[in-house]
Amino acid sequence: MQRRTRVTAAALTAAGLLAVTACGGDDDASTGGGDGGDGGRGDITIWYSNNEAEVAWGEQMVQAWNAEHPDEQIEAQEIPAGASSEEVIGAAITAGNAPCLIFNTAPVAVPDFERQGGLVSLSSFDDGDDYVAARSGDIAEQYRSANGEYFQLPWKSNPVMIFYNKEMFAAAGLDPENPPLGTYDEFLETARTLVSSGAAPKAIWPAPTSEFFQNWFDFYPLYAAETGGAALVEDGSATFADDAGRSVAEFWKSLYDEGLASRETYQGDSFADGQAAMAIVGPWAISVYGENIAWGAAPVPTSAGTAADQTYTFSDAKNIGLYTACENQATAWDVLKFATGQEQDGLLLELTGQMPMRQDLPGTYPDYFAANPAYEAFGDQAARTVEVPNIPNAVAVWQTLRDAWSQSVIFGEGDLQESLQGAADEIDGLAGQS
Amino acid sequence: MTVVDTGARAGGAAPPPAGRRGRPRDRRRRLLGRNPSGLLFSTPYLAYVLVVFAVPLGFAVWISFHDYFFAAPGADVDRPFVGLDNYTDVLTDPDVRRSFVNIGIFLVINVPLTVVLSLVLATLLNQVVRGRVFLRVSFYVPYVTASVAVVGVWLFLFSGDGLVNEVLGPLAPDPPWLINSFWAMPSIAFFVTWKQLGFYILLYLAALQNVPRELYEAAATDGAGRLRTFRSVTVPAVRPATVLVVLLSTIIGANLFTEPYLLTGGGGPNGASASPVLIMYQRGIEQGTPGVAAAIGVVLVLLVLLVAWLQRRFVGGGES
Repeated sequence: MQRRTRVTAAALTAAGLLAVTACGGDDDASTGGGDGGDGGRGDITIWYSNNEAEVAWGEQMVQAWNAEHPDEQIEAQEIPAGASSEEVIGAAITAGNAPCLIFNTAPVAVPDFERQGGLVSLSSFDDGDDYVAARSGDIAEQYRSANGEYFQLPWKSNPVMIFYNKEMFAAAGLDPENPPLGTYDEFLETARTLVSSGAAPKAIWPAPTSEFFQNWFDFYPLYAAETGGAALVEDGSATFADDAGRSVAEFWKSLYDEGLASRETYQGDSFADGQAAMAIVGPWAISVYGENIAWGAAPVPTSAGTAADQTYTFSDAKNIGLYTACENQATAWDVLKFATGQEQDGLLLELTGQMPMRQDLPGTYPDYFAANPAYEAFGDQAARTVEVPNIPNAVAVWQTLRDAWSQSVIFGEGDLQESLQGAADEIDGLAGQS
Repeated sequence: MTVVDTGARAGGAAPPPAGRRGRPRDRRRRLLGRNPSGLLFSTPYLAYVLVVFAVPLGFAVWISFHDYFFAAPGADVDRPFVGLDNYTDVLTDPDVRRSFVNIGIFLVINVPLTVVLSLVLATLLNQVVRGRVFLRVSFYVPYVTASVAVVGVWLFLFSGDGLVNEVLGPLAPDPPWLINSFWAMPSIAFFVTWKQLGFYILLYLAALQNVPRELYEAAATDGAGRLRTFRSVTVPAVRPATVLVVLLSTIIGANLFTEPYLLTGGGGPNGASASPVLIMYQRGIEQGTPGVAAAIGVVLVLLVLLVAWLQRRFVGGGES
């Protein structure tokens, strides 16, 4: 009996492994994204973000398209819930049920989606490159993949700036209309005044957690400003282990060491709850905090102070991807152009406050910025943004930086320069892999 | 045929049919066993084990030897065999090595604490007459409550200005528990022990029902006190349950993910509370290197099997 059981079990296990091996071990050609070009026409599905303002924009866009195209209808839904949109989209690509268009594709995930064979090259459409370049101008170059093609359409940015609470600044005896926040020294002195006066428990409270993307909201905007627009990785090499990177890191380290920023995770929104006097946010914050907090906005600081109209920052962009599971790619391409035309971009700006990535934004929508002066600074800032680099292993690159940052800046362990250099060396290796 | 059947009905002692008539039945019995209907009942579970455990495990082992990544159906992809490269990467990666040390610290605190607390509390609960149901439900509620909800409460309790530090005053650690390199993993171990305790108490309560009353009466007759009775009667009598609790808490603990993900902000501070499964999630799902993640998983399975074997050998005694 026992012998027979063992034989049966072994046979079943072998059969299972063989089946598994057969499933997995197939192809041996390399991949990129798919080619679109002459895809079919017909109904398509799209996903968009689940925040209220973007849902409103998405619904009116779909309604407007469907009214004019009875034979090419859009079926739209919010991106299914998951740990993150990128994980949901990655799973959908693997399962082969991704929609035609996703209006919330994070640039950091694009190299992986491309490698998965999940994205259609927009450059494969006859007017693909021309459309992207005409709409976004030079800023679109950041979104080209390593092979020179566009696998994403640069859609909208949320250029981040310093938001501050005017009442807290006034309570600390600081000028709420023109606060000294331009240089690192000014910013640190302001932060010390805010905390020591008791006006605010913390001067600023960026998330101190270990997720790979958290450096987009502490290190990266200031590094972009300090360098006049350098990306984290350029020409396959990490750029940040230099004087600029070290000065940004030392600035943040001072904030943590002096207790002006917290090493603990805040449960909620520290700025909205009055636990921090400042926050690093995009224009979405205007509608969120607008009526509850007397806020002001300032460009991110630099070591020597940079004029607002020359300050760079992180874009926090979300783009549009056309996915290979789509059967009617010609329709999808037309929808993509319709949704990013001047009219729909204007409606996006109006309904969400987020900045369409098109050239001369303030000049294209002068009426909007005249009626909404609060958005003017963000509109101007949108022209000087830096994106996450479009490189292989992008998430691993950011996680490497975050780990080093967490150790040497947030928790102040080890030598700062050694930590940055170690991360840069590791990132050089990661960015060089295909 | 008729004759043979009649004979069998009459006495049941007829010799087995000879020659060609007997062979198919022998073969069938050899293949299907004495009770073929048993196969019918066990097939669904066997299929479940195969589909849910064996196939994914086999697939994970296969992935761990390849430069694998998830791809769209029909995509032309290259997933070359890389031998032990993924294992080399895993074993030389300081983050992964540290995560295994972390989970070792976690198990050293969590498993003994779970066994001792759940046995003591189950014994006390077994003797309580009034409010027994209320107490049992109270211990069980954390177990059935979603970790996400409970983690929020613990974050408030163990933050720098939380209730625990308020009570401890100058004795509170600095930096606070969850961002303290020394205390982060023990804090998670205490949290998991508290949260899972209700389940293990339930296991011990069931085991305590089966301890013969005569043993306690004999101990009382011999003049044993409460502590002596507990040590000499209860503990040996529930040893099978103890083996189960040790094994389950080890296996569940080795798969720790939610708590470092939520309670310490992704395994912080500086990876002091990162677990192997958290690193697997980062490498496999976030960073698109399932081969490395699978290699971590295989190493974890082997280590858990080794620990479980040692536990069974040293804790289990002669129990099967």
